[in-house]
Amino acid sequence: MLFRNVAELVELAENKSVKIAEIMIQQEIEVTGRTREEIFEKMDRNLTVMEQAVERGLNGVTSVTGLTGGDAVLLQKYIKSGKALSGHILLDAVSKAVATNEVNAAMGTICATPTAGSAGVVPGTLFAVKEVLNPTRIEMIEFLFTSAAFGFVVANNASISGAAGGCQAEVGSASGMAAASIVEMAGGTPSQAAEAMAITLKNMLGLVCDPVAGLVEVPCVKRNAMGASNAMTAADMALAGITSRIPCDEVIHAMFQIGQTMPSALRETAEGGLAATPTGRRLQEQIFGKMK
Amino acid sequence: MKYRSAFDIIGPVMIGPSSSHTAGAARIGRVARTLFGKPPAKAEISLYGSFAKTYKGHGTDVAIVGGILDFDTFDERIPSALQLAEKAGIEVVFIVEDTVTDHPNTVRIKLNEGDRELELVGISIGGGTIEITELNSFELKLSGEHPAILVVHNDQFGVISAVTNILSKHQINIGHMEVSRREKGKMAIMVIEVDQKIDEHVIAELEGLPNITQIIRMVD
Repeated sequence: MLFRNVAELVELAENKSVKIAEIMIQQEIEVTGRTREEIFEKMDRNLTVMEQAVERGLNGVTSVTGLTGGDAVLLQKYIKSGKALSGHILLDAVSKAVATNEVNAAMGTICATPTAGSAGVVPGTLFAVKEVLNPTRIEMIEFLFTSAAFGFVVANNASISGAAGGCQAEVGSASGMAAASIVEMAGGTPSQAAEAMAITLKNMLGLVCDPVAGLVEVPCVKRNAMGASNAMTAADMALAGITSRIPCDEVIHAMFQIGQTMPSALRETAEGGLAATPTGRRLQEQIFGKMK
Repeated sequence: MKYRSAFDIIGPVMIGPSSSHTAGAARIGRVARTLFGKPPAKAEISLYGSFAKTYKGHGTDVAIVGGILDFDTFDERIPSALQLAEKAGIEVVFIVEDTVTDHPNTVRIKLNEGDRELELVGISIGGGTIEITELNSFELKLSGEHPAILVVHNDQFGVISAVTNILSKHQINIGHMEVSRREKGKMAIMVIEVDQKIDEHVIAELEGLPNITQIIRMVD
């Protein structure tokens, strides 16, 4: 292993004057014994899947239960109306994150980043910033390796599972990963990427996993929307030179501790939070009553 | 380190909506199919815990049957797997169990055709990663953290050393290994977890050994 935490990852990249993505690629070669070309080809295929999912979601899909679908279309129409208050790129990222998760809920093909329930944030932000940064295909693949590097640290030092750590571990991790990748693609330094990850994750701490009827739909799709928005804002803050008073690794550790003390009802059991609201319960009965 | 690869984080490519309840379920179904070696006439699928409670909404049922039809996690035929199984003449039975299991996402799959039978228990532990905990009433322990193979063989002297010799020749280090059998001299299995990736030609060489029935990749 070349790195175990964010501090080591940033130090390696800065000492070698390479991108974070490059460190992840070198580690992948070392761990799997695969060639650089094989690794790029595999990530290229994942990128294609993400591209197709965004496109499909923007054309409109509906889930099997009917709980989710069509919001990406509404948001794109609204952006085109010219009335949007938030910036165009921000809302574009949100709509593309929603598009991906709507496809996921509709049993379409997606790439887990790092899980299926949080699969919208990384591609959503990538395909939105692509419109302004005009990256090459290689740079888009590198975006995913940078996300992988930060996700790798979280997965091994904390958790990326809602059942273990709540939604902060899923959408929180995805948002931090995306923020770091946006910074790197925009030309920020490895330290700035880590600051963006820290700022994002700090604002996701404590987020519970409370899916209605236990399904990856409500509130997962909208959590991906806000995760994308959080990532974009944190990336801009880090690029502006703002730093996190608490270092990234300590934020990740805090997330782990919070996950450990989070009650089980709020960790993907559909027993608490939004799942336990009167409407949440009613929807659960409707869906499973209908399906049985 | 639980996660080893960039593709554990960015991946797998899969049919939604849940990496554990859909992709993991499909993978368990596919291991059963691979071990069975051909399409079964009948598949009996017992669901436990969270699988039993939410399988319809998560598509766990179609995912497992998709796996039994040899579909990968990203195969777009997964949502229509039940109809495709019917068309292929496979009788599928689902049993919703009340028994509390060690892991919330547990499934028992029984496949048969004529007098040929296979029974396995799989659990889906998150992010699409699975473990097979029981095969034809042999208990298995696989961490899923390292590449692993399952060797089905005749319970004869010299088989274990022949297998480990080939691995050693290719400089593949064994991290964990289990050997079990039900009856002396009959079918036996080895589960071998290694530190390096096992190439196709090594698998082919292992398959060429006497008394080896089947080699299955459990974890890549």
